[in-house]
Amino acid sequence: MKIVVCVKQVPATTEVSIDPETKRLIREGVSIEMNPFDTYALEQGILLREKHGGEVIVLSMGPARAELTIRESIACGADRGVLLNGRPLGGSDTYATSYILSQGIKKIGDVDLVICGKQAVDGDTAQVGPGMAAHLGWPQVTYVSRFVESGPLELKLERMHENGSDISLVKLPAVLTVLKDVNIPRIPTLKGRLNSRKVDITIWDEKDLETDPEKIGLGGSPTRVVSTRKPDARDKHTIVLNGSASNSARELVQILKSRIEL
Amino acid sequence: MKLTDTEIADNYNDVWVLGEVVDGQIHKVTLELLGVARKLADKRASGNSKVVCLLMGNKVNGLEKNLFYQSADRVIMVEDESLKYFNDLIYAAVVSRLIKKYKPEIVISGATSKGRSLMPLVAVQIETGLTADCTGLDIDEESGLLLQTRPAYGGNIIATIKCENHRPQMSTVRQGVFKAVEADNSRTGELIREGVLEEEKQTRFTVLSEESYGEDSKISLHDANIIVTGGRGVKSPEGFKIIHALAESVRGAVGATRATIDSGWISYSHQVGQTGLTVQPKVYIACGVSGQIQHLVGMQSSDFIIAINKDPDAPIMQLADVAIVGDLFEVVPEITKLMSN
Repeated sequence: MKIVVCVKQVPATTEVSIDPETKRLIREGVSIEMNPFDTYALEQGILLREKHGGEVIVLSMGPARAELTIRESIACGADRGVLLNGRPLGGSDTYATSYILSQGIKKIGDVDLVICGKQAVDGDTAQVGPGMAAHLGWPQVTYVSRFVESGPLELKLERMHENGSDISLVKLPAVLTVLKDVNIPRIPTLKGRLNSRKVDITIWDEKDLETDPEKIGLGGSPTRVVSTRKPDARDKHTIVLNGSASNSARELVQILKSRIEL
Repeated sequence: MKLTDTEIADNYNDVWVLGEVVDGQIHKVTLELLGVARKLADKRASGNSKVVCLLMGNKVNGLEKNLFYQSADRVIMVEDESLKYFNDLIYAAVVSRLIKKYKPEIVISGATSKGRSLMPLVAVQIETGLTADCTGLDIDEESGLLLQTRPAYGGNIIATIKCENHRPQMSTVRQGVFKAVEADNSRTGELIREGVLEEEKQTRFTVLSEESYGEDSKISLHDANIIVTGGRGVKSPEGFKIIHALAESVRGAVGATRATIDSGWISYSHQVGQTGLTVQPKVYIACGVSGQIQHLVGMQSSDFIIAINKDPDAPIMQLADVAIVGDLFEVVPEITKLMSN
């Protein structure tokens, strides 16, 4: 089974903030990590390879330093990695990004399965997985919570939605997005770490990918961010109760009862 | 598809809502979206922008009335046995074909798991842009373009996004962001029926069976007038007992922060915030919640916020209408006792 796992390098979101003067994202000193949801996709790829044989190829689009995230995936057990990197690819929205990644998958060739995390924690869109499926013309299975049965040609999967779940069959090749429920990701071994330093990472740019220049980067993106701001601070007066627990509770209940009756 | 200004002005008019049906009923988010779709359509200077709801399923006949009451001018109904389960590929093929046929200017859908699976497929199939999880939708008076506002980077940034040269402009919106309009039972509208083509039913994906949780805690979180949420300050699974007790005394639902879920103290279905649910109850009681931005984006539109925390400087205390400085293990049982009387 030839499995591609898509990973994204993201800033640790709890550390992100905006410079109050320039209104720009403060990037300095913010640590980067593999998108946490992608670790489950990677583990699932490795589990399927252990069962069916084949190889796990990690695919990422991003700056040169995203190579670190690919090496981390190899340390966990992926076989090799491909980084899609080039200045014209920058500024891509989810439409353009999913197009570029789908070109990477076509160039890798003979891929049976693409696995992604359910979403990346920086953009939180969950659009790139389905976008790739549409560009490739393959079926997609999103929000996968369990691999019920897996064969080389077909997978039986459980999907979760807000008020239930379903069981489905998908014929490969297909694109999956997985939830945390699918597995418990392994930790890199020492041997894996040593190996990950030696492996050559394949780097492809827009020419290697033969992308349509009209469909990549800022210019090829249908959507455009026109402005950014800090979230609204709620401009309100807060009633502070800092007496004894019983006094505070009594005062609050008075306020609360008037609210509930409304 | 990339279009010229004339092509856009000449052809693309209406505001579409992709309707969703849950257990035979119109999903609440669909009604909320009809409310905002009405505002958007009324703001379009052309004056002939209609609110259209596309409703698909195996048993949807008769549901159109409610959509008209809630401000739809037209309902396009696709009723077919092949739509019984959610097969993304069949749904997307039909939606893409109908968008090409009717050329709406704006298409919005709930940011439910179905909406978030279907919309990105459709957007790529018809070659247009899509903005996920919008918290604000408006029409730019000058250009007439849809202004799509959404949080990014864990809610640390609010971005405004446009889709200028592609149509339709597409967005998903979470439940609870907009409010449904009052139902007007005298309203009626136009009903159009469409079908599923045979070739659209041939996919390499099949749903075999479906299981519904029924009265799920997530739904009650959405429906609850009062939500009592426990944060890290609750300290343990046992700590949630006093949260449950307070929720019970006020007939409310129990919410939780991501930290408590990651610690395994309570199930994921209770999560409020960026990676959980967005809620908008009348009263939100946050107990031992510090107020990280990821949590705040999921509850800050609540009508009335009460925070109980030892730390008077915790971010949640600034956002709250009433901030109680104290130990939740002392304060919460006192409130429960008084509310039970």
